[in-house]
Amino acid sequence: MNPTPILRVEELYKSFGQTAVLKGFSLSIQPQEVAVLVGPSGSGKSTLLRCINLLDPPNAGRIWLEQEEITAAGVNPDRIRQRIGMVFQDFNLFTHLTALGNVMVGLTKVRKMHKKEAHELALFELERVGLVDRAGHYPAQLSGGQKQRVAIARALGMDPHLMLFDEPTSALDPELTGEVLEVMQQLASEGMTMIVVSHEMGFARQVASRVVFLEGGVVVEQGPPAQMFERPAQERTRVFLRKIADLDERSR
Amino acid sequence: MEFVQKLVTTFNFIVQGLWVTLGVTAVALAVGLLLGISMAVLRVYGNPFWRTVAALYSVLVRAVPVIVIVFVLFFVIAGFVNLSPFLAGSLALGVASGAYQSEIFRGAFQAVLPGQMVAARAIGMSRRQAIQSILLPQALRLALPGWGNEATLVLKDSTLVFVVGVPEILRRAQQVSARTLEPFVAFGIALLLYLALTLWMTQLLQWVERRYRLQI
Amino acid sequence: MDEKMERVVELFGAVAPLLWQGTGVTLQIAALSLLLGMAIGLPAGIARVYGPRWLQQATGTYVVLVQGTPLLIQLFLVYYGLPDLGLTLGRLEAAFLTLGLNSGAYQAEYLRGALQAVPVGQMTAARALGMSQGQAVRSIVLPQALRLVLPAWSNEVVAMLKYTAVVFLIAVPDLMGQAKILASRYFAPIPIYLIVAVFYIVLVGITYGVLRQLERRLRVPGLTGEPT
Ligand SMILES: Nc1ncnc2c1ncn2[C@@H]1O[C@H](COP(=O)(O)OP(=O)(O)OP(=O)(O)O)[C@@H](O)[C@H]1O
Ligand SMILES: [Mg+2]
Repeated sequence: MNPTPILRVEELYKSFGQTAVLKGFSLSIQPQEVAVLVGPSGSGKSTLLRCINLLDPPNAGRIWLEQEEITAAGVNPDRIRQRIGMVFQDFNLFTHLTALGNVMVGLTKVRKMHKKEAHELALFELERVGLVDRAGHYPAQLSGGQKQRVAIARALGMDPHLMLFDEPTSALDPELTGEVLEVMQQLASEGMTMIVVSHEMGFARQVASRVVFLEGGVVVEQGPPAQMFERPAQERTRVFLRKIADLDERSR
Repeated sequence: MEFVQKLVTTFNFIVQGLWVTLGVTAVALAVGLLLGISMAVLRVYGNPFWRTVAALYSVLVRAVPVIVIVFVLFFVIAGFVNLSPFLAGSLALGVASGAYQSEIFRGAFQAVLPGQMVAARAIGMSRRQAIQSILLPQALRLALPGWGNEATLVLKDSTLVFVVGVPEILRRAQQVSARTLEPFVAFGIALLLYLALTLWMTQLLQWVERRYRLQI
Repeated sequence: MDEKMERVVELFGAVAPLLWQGTGVTLQIAALSLLLGMAIGLPAGIARVYGPRWLQQATGTYVVLVQGTPLLIQLFLVYYGLPDLGLTLGRLEAAFLTLGLNSGAYQAEYLRGALQAVPVGQMTAARALGMSQGQAVRSIVLPQALRLVLPAWSNEVVAMLKYTAVVFLIAVPDLMGQAKILASRYFAPIPIYLIVAVFYIVLVGITYGVLRQLERRLRVPGLTGEPT
């Protein structure tokens, strides 16, 4: 096992008022790993991603990104977020900017690139997700799948070391999920480290290096997809994965 | 001590304009309500001729400052009948408000679900009956938020009848400031008095709105 | 009838130059007050949403104070009242200051509504890219809010054009100011105020048309000022 994880989450606690969501959650991700995170609704998957990205401050626990403790006092969250790309369920594309503008804005405002350079890189990122020909379109003029691919390009433009995906295909019509999953698979094969919250079991089987089952604010079980799907150690894991596999089949 | 005494005297003088202000507002709102609803009905359900008339009234009056309307109508009215400044001023203000209110009610009539008219006609109501007993009650409730807004605007615009000599709050403030030579105190009191009035009126309207709101 | 018509035309010829002059003053006051209002309303609106608590409260009080009181009293308080505190302003300055402060409160309120209408996801996504809160407001939320606020802002422009008409009450020689002088000079208040009304209708009409054009020009697909 590689001794230097790119991300280490240790004993993370997070609650909203009275509701405890994360209850001592720990996870370690190696470079180039693709971890697919599954768990029942409300189990805290989104909360975990938001904590990793410092969008929500955890109540207790520590997080290291590439040996640096990012939960330490005095860390500038903006600097950390530049190294972590995030893709949302409902895209959150900037409404007032074209596809190209969406990718460029982080480059010019955050990475302080010159317009020309940013323009070129943005086009390159759009090319990567197969959308150069839509560069001048506004979000309202794109399909759901196209929007999500632009969102991925926007995150990639920041040159992230780790990508977080929060149910990237669950707001999409079934026939549009394929194009997004393809882009993600492509990314994985290029060696991007990814944490993906998704109930797309096909994607998990083919692309994930690890499946993590989260319930009750902690990791119940984790392992390579084959092991998790064929012979999970925990009964709860088996029941849960069975259930979503059934749902998956029925929706096809 | 002397200062406090002076404040009290000034306040007592200005506050006598309160009822006049409320009176002007009430008359103007009532006239505006009548005009506004009729014009809205004509605009939405009338024949092309009346539609045009109602539209012209609304567009033209709303393009002219309220104070100009007050001036014009004040002199026009004075040329026909001998009305007190109070009535003439309130009437003029009401004609101006009617144009704004007609827009509010037009929007409300148009927001009533399209099926309502058909349903009313289907149970044998005439067009007129349907408008009066089915559409109007709904439109009135839908118009409440917008109408409340207009009501506070009219309350504030009631200061404009000051120009024709109605002894409302502002006029009295001006009179007292001419006497005491302390306009800051006089107009300051008038301002705060108005603030209290509008806040009170907003509360009142919110209460009415909560009671009669119609959800669509 | 014909004779009457002739007299009106004659009167119009006599009063037009001065009314024209007054129109210039009206437009000038409206434009400068709107700019002052924007200079106040823009930061005040942003402060109302993103500022520290005390600043939110301060701007909130300013808005309530302005929106809860008549413009005319505000004007008199500034022009006649401020000298009591040692601040004497000229007629035009008092008009600018009052109308600017007044418009600033309304513009702040419109902007606040627009800022709050921008979905939170926009802010989250901007922060996720590594933008600071200030950067996110400046380059993501504000540009969207400014487009959303455009229709309300257009209304404010037209409203301002009309509200300037009260400044003649502190003897500013705007359109109404000239009209008042002319009305007593020619003993013909009704035709003169009617002519003034027509002037306003034309001014408002043109302004309205120009603003509509501007709104169309700045339109972004999927981002409109109409409530959804
Ligand atoms: N900002 C918040 N304020 C209060 N409660 C919150 C907040 N965000 C999340 N929660 C609560 O925390 C719990 C976990 O939410 P979270 O969104 O992380 O779940 P999830 O695993 O992503 O669920 P889903 O599969 O539905 O997306 C839920 O009970 C939710 O109601
Ligand atoms: Mg979630």
